[in-house]
Amino acid sequence: MAKMSFAHREPQNPKVSSSFTRSNLLLFLGERDISRKVIKEKMASSSTNSPCAACKFLRRKCQPECVFAPYFPPDQPQKFANVHKVFGASNVTKLLNELHPSQREDAVNSLAYEADMRLRDPVYGCVGVISLLQHQLRQLQIDLSCAKSELSKYQSLGILAATHQSLGINLLAGAAADGTTTATVRDHHFHHHQFFPREQMFGGLDVPASNNYDGGILAIGQITQFQQPRAAAGDDGRRTVDPS
Amino acid sequence: MSSSYSNYTNSPCAACKFLRRRCTSDCVFAPYFPPEEPTKFANVHRIFGASNVSKILHEVAPHQREDAVNSLAYEAEARLKDPVYGCVGAISVLQRQVLKLQRELEETNADLMRYASCLGGETTSAYGGRRG
Repeated sequence: MAKMSFAHREPQNPKVSSSFTRSNLLLFLGERDISRKVIKEKMASSSTNSPCAACKFLRRKCQPECVFAPYFPPDQPQKFANVHKVFGASNVTKLLNELHPSQREDAVNSLAYEADMRLRDPVYGCVGVISLLQHQLRQLQIDLSCAKSELSKYQSLGILAATHQSLGINLLAGAAADGTTTATVRDHHFHHHQFFPREQMFGGLDVPASNNYDGGILAIGQITQFQQPRAAAGDDGRRTVDPS
Repeated sequence: MSSSYSNYTNSPCAACKFLRRRCTSDCVFAPYFPPEEPTKFANVHRIFGASNVSKILHEVAPHQREDAVNSLAYEAEARLKDPVYGCVGAISVLQRQVLKLQRELEETNADLMRYASCLGGETTSAYGGRRG
């Protein structure tokens, strides 16, 4: 996953940086590729008297059929501790029991990611990440639209110049003389994404209904807008944006 | 907020209704789980549990609690709709879209720079042609 460069001012109270969320999500996505052999090894370890992280945390005997053992290895104690703190062991058990075994690893890793985000940002959790990404998407769409508009001007100018050159007419001298086109390119090229202050984060949360996530996610759709926190200033946080 | 008055008018909040307990005047849930939105608390309870929600609310400042509750409700709803990925699925989709647009923007900017340098070259030669 390519790195995004943020030429922006740092948020006043950064709880979750975009690079952290990207790296953690990469970790989550990477963990999906753990082979079934490794999971079997993990399951075997629970039967060789090495309790899983969950049973260690809960101070109970780790049974061979322990539902947590394949997904909470003893060398990752923090993973279960976080999940337990946010969701609770019994809720996680119920969630896992409702899923097919082939889906449980992804479910645990997504729960671990959500729990981690919630502990880093108790107010917004993952929703903060979604809001941040939506803002980035909006900004990129604006930037791309401007860039394409400039490009089409250049392309028309290029066609005109080629046509007029063939007729012995020089148009380019005029375009260069007023200097606007090259200046616009310079100004536009270095248009950076501006970081959206946390206080102004909540607009409408339109989540895209895309089908290209290979996990087969469901569209979440628009939800009730969050009230803009009272500390917010200036921007109207109630706009709804269609990321498409 | 009208919901904050529910416990004064003997109308328990959605949380206390769900938990079948008396909704006292200092109920931490009452301002954020009005009785007319029973599903909101039911979802949050199912995913996070009442005691975890209560702990989170006590950890955040009072002026942030509404946002905290609403974000928990959003995550709970997402998890119920997609038990495997929850709202992490949406994050993944958004990140892919961001990367795609970034690549497109880089390509477009590269084209712009090429045009700009081409025009600059032609301009020079055009100026040189006119003088010659």
